[in-house]
Amino acid sequence: MKEIALYVLDIAQNSITAGAKHLDITLAEETGRICFTIADDGRGMSPSLLATVSDPFTTTRTTRKMGLGLPLLRLAAEQTGGRLDIESTEGVGTTVRALFCAEHIDCPPVGDMAGTITLLIQGAPKLELTYTHQVEERAFRLDTRQIRAELGEDVSPAEPEVILWLRDYLQEQEASLEKIGG
Amino acid sequence: MKSLAELRAIRERMAKQIDLRESGDDRIRVVVGMATCGIAAGARPVLNAFLEEVDKRQLKNVTVSQTGCIGVCRLEPIVEVYVPGQEKVTYVKMTPDKVASVVSEHLVNGRVVEEYTIGAAE
Repeated sequence: MKEIALYVLDIAQNSITAGAKHLDITLAEETGRICFTIADDGRGMSPSLLATVSDPFTTTRTTRKMGLGLPLLRLAAEQTGGRLDIESTEGVGTTVRALFCAEHIDCPPVGDMAGTITLLIQGAPKLELTYTHQVEERAFRLDTRQIRAELGEDVSPAEPEVILWLRDYLQEQEASLEKIGG
Repeated sequence: MKSLAELRAIRERMAKQIDLRESGDDRIRVVVGMATCGIAAGARPVLNAFLEEVDKRQLKNVTVSQTGCIGVCRLEPIVEVYVPGQEKVTYVKMTPDKVASVVSEHLVNGRVVEEYTIGAAE
């Protein structure tokens, strides 16, 4: 994957598949490090699954015996001198936390977080999602309950017109965060 | 700067159009594979391009949705098009550039873009 934002998109899909109703995504950029956390209230993992989940030959799908999402993320984070932590409790949820050392030559750029967040909303419009992007001391926060409040019951956030507007909105917020922060 | 309150204008505009939408049975479905393989191969810009084209052309009978791994990872990004009453069409190695012609030819004019299909790739 060429961007950290694409890892976020990939790993967050696991939360949706796990039946999460709430998803909290945090991306924090501080001197020398980029860290993201994805916390869900999905079905969680058993201790034995959790122990082997970063192994590419562990998967819950039945079509073939391979799953690459978490192993790829662990490799990418560790390659920069960072790390991947996964906490999970069955019936409660899962939290994935990835740390990248930003100055390492193998550290991917943050990339298009606006694209990632809007496509998560498009794919799972009923999910209650919060997204916080922090750059040094400054932060931007989006809560899909605010979007739902503006749109009402009849208009789905997954409508192309809404998604495209949200993408522009987020791009604008991201750009001002980077400008002031960096 | 944009504000979330602007969504209310979209809501009001769409409320007027809601009865123009066709009912569930005759909708065309466009499904983009968004698993690890699809995302790594570039599915996100492809999905975005579909949303842009569908919005630009105001195609009220088209639903764009996402799915997991379709099973032929080496041909990702993969897009499946379901037109009611017709066989499913699978487009492979999609790019944002190819999306415009799939939308105008297939979704609007009903002509499958054969050269982008899995049949042509295999």
